[in-house]
Amino acid sequence: MKAKEIVELLNAKAIYIYDESLLEKDYNFAFSSDLMSDCLALISHNQSELVLLTGLCNIQSLRTAEMLDIDFLVITRGKKLDQEILESISEFNINTFSTAYTSFEASGILYTNGIKATDVDKEILS
Amino acid sequence: MLTKKYLVKEKDYVNAGKVSSSIKKELKEIGVDESVIRKIAIASYEAEINMIIHANGGEIIFSIDDGIIELVFADTGPGIPNIELALTPGWSTASEKARQMGFGAGMGLVNIKRYSDSFDLKTSTEGTTITLQFKVF
Repeated sequence: MKAKEIVELLNAKAIYIYDESLLEKDYNFAFSSDLMSDCLALISHNQSELVLLTGLCNIQSLRTAEMLDIDFLVITRGKKLDQEILESISEFNINTFSTAYTSFEASGILYTNGIKATDVDKEILS
Repeated sequence: MLTKKYLVKEKDYVNAGKVSSSIKKELKEIGVDESVIRKIAIASYEAEINMIIHANGGEIIFSIDDGIIELVFADTGPGIPNIELALTPGWSTASEKARQMGFGAGMGLVNIKRYSDSFDLKTSTEGTTITLQFKVF
């Protein structure tokens, strides 16, 4: 599904557009977490076509996406962004949006519209 | 051989990860494979965050020599009392502030060890040094 369709489904508002052309790019996977170490531990496939959903509205959500080569981030729960994010968001090559939906709702919407969970390395938790 | 030294400031939560971001850009510029860069970036970011959360900052030394990238994270913090527990997924002693920043999942050291090709940890009540090596080719 194209990024612009995901944005429409989530009724998301753009916080920062790094690259307009990425709105036409296909994203088929999603991962949702407020714990950045869990993102770093568990996301190891499909990064280039993965949208990251998080309720964490500080700069570490962007840093985590950066380390993982994720270029599409949606902040959930309509949280007000920290000033530090707004001041430095242009350092990141990440299209960043905000949705009023909770992470659960946003995940449900995307899942029922065909976005899949990315494969995670569950053995790391065993 | 290329060597660079970076300082990480105590409790500098806003800039946490900036050194790892610089290292990532450096590796991209010299043409290291993307999947290798990602492993290094993740391990470095987690170790940098740990220095800020658990120690009082410290220094990161990045070097490349003969196809091996080495990262040394040295702090003068209180040390890790129980390494086995610290390497157990989910075990965390992170502060409330660290949790607010999205850390404290108890996956930091686990991620660092998992993504590196060689992992060495020395710790005492005078500080902790983690040395990681990655094969570039």
